Amino acid sequence: MSLLPRERISQALRRRAAAADGPALVAFMTAGFPSREQFREHLTAIAAGADVVEIGVPFSDPMADGVTIQRSSETALRQGVTLKWILDELAAMPALDTPLLLMSYLNPLMSFGYERLASEALRARVCGFIVPDLPLDESAQLGAALNPLGLALVQMVTPVTTPERMQRLCQASQGFIYAVTMTGTTGKNVAVPDNVVEYLERVRSIAPVPVCAGFGIRSREQVARLRGHVDGVIVGSALVEVLERGESPQAWLAALRG
Amino acid sequence: MTELLNAAQRASLLDDMIHGRCPDAQGRFGPFGGRYVPETLVHAHERLTAGVQRWLSDPEYQAELNEQLTNWVGRPTALTFAPRLSERWGAELWLKREDLAHTGAHKINNAMGQALLARRLGARRIVAETGAGQHGVATAAACARLGLPCTVYMGAVDMERQAPNVGRMRLLGANVVGVTSGDRTLRAAIDEAMRDWVGDPDGTFYILGSAVGAHPYPYLVRELQAVIGREARAQFQQRCGALPDLVIACVGGGSNAIGLFHPFVGDRTVQILGIEAGGTGPGLGQNAATLVGGRPGVLHGCQTLLLQDEHGQIQETHSVSAGLDYPGVGPEHAALLACGRVRYESASDDEALAALKECCEFEGILPAIETAHALAGAKRWAQANPGKRMLLGLSGRGDKDMPTLSQTLIKQLDAVKS
Repeated sequence: MSLLPRERISQALRRRAAAADGPALVAFMTAGFPSREQFREHLTAIAAGADVVEIGVPFSDPMADGVTIQRSSETALRQGVTLKWILDELAAMPALDTPLLLMSYLNPLMSFGYERLASEALRARVCGFIVPDLPLDESAQLGAALNPLGLALVQMVTPVTTPERMQRLCQASQGFIYAVTMTGTTGKNVAVPDNVVEYLERVRSIAPVPVCAGFGIRSREQVARLRGHVDGVIVGSALVEVLERGESPQAWLAALRG
Repeated sequence: MTELLNAAQRASLLDDMIHGRCPDAQGRFGPFGGRYVPETLVHAHERLTAGVQRWLSDPEYQAELNEQLTNWVGRPTALTFAPRLSERWGAELWLKREDLAHTGAHKINNAMGQALLARRLGARRIVAETGAGQHGVATAAACARLGLPCTVYMGAVDMERQAPNVGRMRLLGANVVGVTSGDRTLRAAIDEAMRDWVGDPDGTFYILGSAVGAHPYPYLVRELQAVIGREARAQFQQRCGALPDLVIACVGGGSNAIGLFHPFVGDRTVQILGIEAGGTGPGLGQNAATLVGGRPGVLHGCQTLLLQDEHGQIQETHSVSAGLDYPGVGPEHAALLACGRVRYESASDDEALAALKECCEFEGILPAIETAHALAGAKRWAQANPGKRMLLGLSGRGDKDMPTLSQTLIKQLDAVKS
């Protein structure tokens, strides 16, 4: 029996988390950055070094992102990257073993149309979505389009999320739950304090899906510190910088695993 | 824009709007509004919503706010009859003089209201965004008055065209941070202020300057600005013995307009007209006329009408006035349009500047260029409705616009002279 798209995500994360070289790596890349021509090549390389790939759909107003991802988003938009282009590229390229998610602000998805989005995503072998400006409370419409096709809609929790809300978010999240490890926007380098580890353990004790920690992760030390406390770690800004510098994303991801 | 809702939805929303039942508990004005914020901001918005519920109607808070509005802001502001423009345009023009409020615009009503709320909620620090600089100046002044540290985010483009206001904010003790990301105007400044707030949602209070953003902001800002409409309605009735035939204001994000309109929404004999920035033409990118040319979408935390391309990317806007240069609009305006209660038109850069000049020459009042869009709309309406009475929200004064005016109207005066 074949897995639902959202189950492919959680299975890939669980498998790596249980292995000696866990936690799983969830790698973010902005589609079409630094260039449209390199999209398939970069995606293939990143997919080879990561367990799940988040493909960023560029948006004109990326309010939850730090400067690096803002910059990559602007570059991609200037080159004419659209949601339609991304879906067409994915549908046209050879299938990857690594599950893919799209990370997009809501407005480009709304503009595309939710029903059309769900069917096109399936055709492009996308397994789910992360929508940073769509909290659970506003997500019924998009969820209604994604659910019947088994596509994931990932929820986020933060260290200041109330216990009652955390229960609801963990129950509702599909594929995995995105645990923000610091309050703030993406892309800063910080140590991982004890209270963050304690918070991640708390999320893990509640969530029926794998827990991935994100925001501000960029070093082997941080990944090692989170080993055993989470199922996966999300790397975004740091990986975008690797691409910006023209270095090999696959080598960088391998080094992160240590 | 009637296709936004079907007939039954329109009728139901109109009834809700007229009877003051919006927003609902989820911050909805019919299909508009809501709270589309990252999870990192949910806690901060819930905290703010609880604070608004606790304090906004509290007699102690209200007394404190009234004391500041009366003795520091200078309320009530005057209602001025404009005899010479009335004569020229063919209909009576009455001006609600928010230009006479402290710091020179309506923005102070909201800034002081939110700063007092911030203090009650234990904020240690204030952040704000600003476009024309008026909200930044108002926030800096309110924070100075209450002893709260203040950081104002302002687009680099706006800092240049509103240079006098940058200096004023600094004198008032604010830390002004130039925003060089995105389109370097108001919308990028909002993104940046939000990012700051995400970093410290408990200690920092974000004083949002317009009736936009996620719930509860559109409601909170409307409630704090509705003092304009309440005063004007009472003053007009006292002076004229009747309600006006038309209430008119300029609309960018729409805070002065919603403040003026709100108390008149239930007065069905009163026509209401909002005027947006028509810029240099009707094409995408040439104007900031969101209600006239936008379609539904989500930006900065609410569902509203937006100037966007076919892919849902928000478009850069153009207006001679920094304060109207915003690709979205408050969700309550989108609802007032969708239900048919308020009409929205636009006035071009040139029409606005011409109306500004007339207001200076014939009434001895230099309005802000934002406000001049409403004057241009009033002139047009007067010509089609001779003998009627118009109430116009004169939202701010134009001293801050001297750099722009030096490049336009004053240059023309010099050319005529030589």
